Amino acid sequence: MTSVASGVARKKKVTPSAILMRASMIMIIGVAVYWLGLNLTSDPRQFAQVTVNGLNNGLLYALIALGYTLVYGIIELINFAHGDLFMLGAVFSFAVLTEALGATGPSATNYALLLVVLLLSMLFCAFINVSIERLAYRRLRNAPRLAPLITAVGMSFVLQWIGLKWIGSNPVNVNTVLPSSDFEVAGVVIAVKTLIIFAVTIPLLIVLAFIVNKTRRGRAMRATAQDKDASRLMGIDVNQTITFTFAIAGAAAGAAGLMWAQTTGTVAYNLGFQLGLVAFTAAVLGGVGNLYGAVLGGIIIGLIQSYNDGLAIGPGQRWSQTMVFTLLILLMVYRPGGLLGETAQEKV
Amino acid sequence: MSNTAPAHTAVSGNRKWAIGFTSVVAFFFILNKFILPEAGSGVQKFFNAWFSLTSMAEIMIWIIMALGLNIIVGYAGLLDLGYVAFWALGGYVAGWLMSPFFSGLNINFFGNPRPGLEFGIHFHVFLVLILGGVFTAIWGVIIGGPTLRLKSDYLALVTLGFGEIIPQFMLNGADIAGYNVTNGAQGIGGLDDVNLFGYVIGTFALPEKFLMVSLMAGAMIFFSIRLRDGRLGRAWLAIREDELAASMMGVPLWRTKFASYAIGAVGGGIGGVGFAILVGGVYADRFNFVISIIILAMVVMGGMGNVWGVVVGAVTLAWINSVGLIQVGELVNNSFGTNINFPSYQFLLFGLLLVLMMLFRREGFIPEARIRMVMNEDKVDEEVSDETKIASK
Repeated sequence: MTSVASGVARKKKVTPSAILMRASMIMIIGVAVYWLGLNLTSDPRQFAQVTVNGLNNGLLYALIALGYTLVYGIIELINFAHGDLFMLGAVFSFAVLTEALGATGPSATNYALLLVVLLLSMLFCAFINVSIERLAYRRLRNAPRLAPLITAVGMSFVLQWIGLKWIGSNPVNVNTVLPSSDFEVAGVVIAVKTLIIFAVTIPLLIVLAFIVNKTRRGRAMRATAQDKDASRLMGIDVNQTITFTFAIAGAAAGAAGLMWAQTTGTVAYNLGFQLGLVAFTAAVLGGVGNLYGAVLGGIIIGLIQSYNDGLAIGPGQRWSQTMVFTLLILLMVYRPGGLLGETAQEKV
Repeated sequence: MSNTAPAHTAVSGNRKWAIGFTSVVAFFFILNKFILPEAGSGVQKFFNAWFSLTSMAEIMIWIIMALGLNIIVGYAGLLDLGYVAFWALGGYVAGWLMSPFFSGLNINFFGNPRPGLEFGIHFHVFLVLILGGVFTAIWGVIIGGPTLRLKSDYLALVTLGFGEIIPQFMLNGADIAGYNVTNGAQGIGGLDDVNLFGYVIGTFALPEKFLMVSLMAGAMIFFSIRLRDGRLGRAWLAIREDELAASMMGVPLWRTKFASYAIGAVGGGIGGVGFAILVGGVYADRFNFVISIIILAMVVMGGMGNVWGVVVGAVTLAWINSVGLIQVGELVNNSFGTNINFPSYQFLLFGLLLVLMMLFRREGFIPEARIRMVMNEDKVDEEVSDETKIASK
């Protein structure tokens, strides 16, 4: 999770392909900056508005991305099932809060219920994630890389099926507990929902960062991520630590699921796949395995998507997903280590 | 064959499988062409329900796809999660080059346009197959080129990204800077009928179409087997088993992986062209992530790297997917009086299949001897005493 800088920086030979890579990278960044600058100057108010919307989604992406990054950091597995876990969290919160408890409008009791269900949803997703790890990933820990990856894809399908059976194949509308009112700051409309997302996600992110960085468990996690055998020799229970990591990752997904269901007002069984990919892109953007990177990446992806959807001069909403995946591919090509991560070049 | 690969003893096995494949194809062709039209309605009904020729022809396309992916995943050990991109690209090559879609153009190169639809581009089907293969190979190079140096997980992600982007591009492609490139969600229909040396396979000549795609699948099987035993194939297997050892032995890693990616993509392209001809058009909403996973499941289930295993995997899963699940469901529902919606269990079936295969039979049902050893390395490790395990790390 923490990168170890290589001792001596060697001077690299500059090859034509390296120059080409660098030049094309600068060109792409230049085009992006020009695009944003053009929009900023032509309509600053709209730009600020879109930024607020982007932050809203970005924080939710960050919560999902955290799960990817934690799991990848500790067992180097791209947990494809994580996006669908998030979907199950959203479905669970819908089933409990909206259907079972009937909390469908803003009121004091409903806010209290919201917090209770938030905890329940986190527990639920943590439980599922831990069970998946126990049942499947643990047995494959020493298997070739392909095996756990394919298992994760399979698990993602199983979770999607559960969601499908739970709420059916059509998207379901959620009568949100959060107030739909908004207020204006300097011409920018800020929804109260956005503030509530800030109020829920930011403390969660701080708690997660605290757990990983300051607690004994967190130290065990970081040690396990670096070297399992050495951690075992130091008396760390590796299996338990990995279970704990999956629990935290699941809890984050559960919280994100509830917040998603409540803010966007729709839940669908195939929500997890696309959003999971978006969140994974966020994790990669920040540097997979890096906690702050995931948050940073989530926010950047949220902003990019929002700029793409909302700005007057731009490709528009139908290219939104394409933009994100293009970014993923460009990242893989130019900076596979992400913004805050270490480079992941393989010896070839 | 026996001279070029003396170490390979599966020649007679290959022959047996090949005879089996040919006779099954011949059986269904003769059955549907000559026997069924004369047969009683009960027999007709049975075969149309359980082995309808449309689904049999689609199964052949799935075989081509699975064998193409097998070159990437099974031979070279690279994970590709976006193979549907190649299917889409191949399909659109057929859509562009064999249809009246580009109505402003009027190019006819030994093509067979439908009467009244002579505008557009009409190439001969062989040329379209070649161009489809070349086009997807180029895309394979574009996708694989910059990423093959990275860790295998990253390659999986990039392929996944492309598997999403390309179908989305096709879906949104009705207006690319003012040009209609892919006709969007409506897709491109009205593909030319195939004209083979003067013999025209009409739109509804299903037995002939079935025979045509079966021939394509047969060719793909042949090339897959020949490729594996050749120099390149052996290099792939070496990389799959141990990259470091292979590079020490002088196998150029990047170039070899690159070749597997480009050649594997060709399978997708040719299969895509075949599917477009079979359906008579190409429609963007068909191409999604689930397709990529189903193809992967075929390769994994049949036995990565083993051509005949993959063929069996493709036939089984494609059959279950197209008619098997529905028919078995009806049979169960009718005989036990239950009312279970079997097709809705498709996700569970494929998910559990992938998970259980990885947990209990990683090498697939008809495995190759070598992949069995590679995939179960960790189980061998467990038997070795702890001391040597630590020492080996």
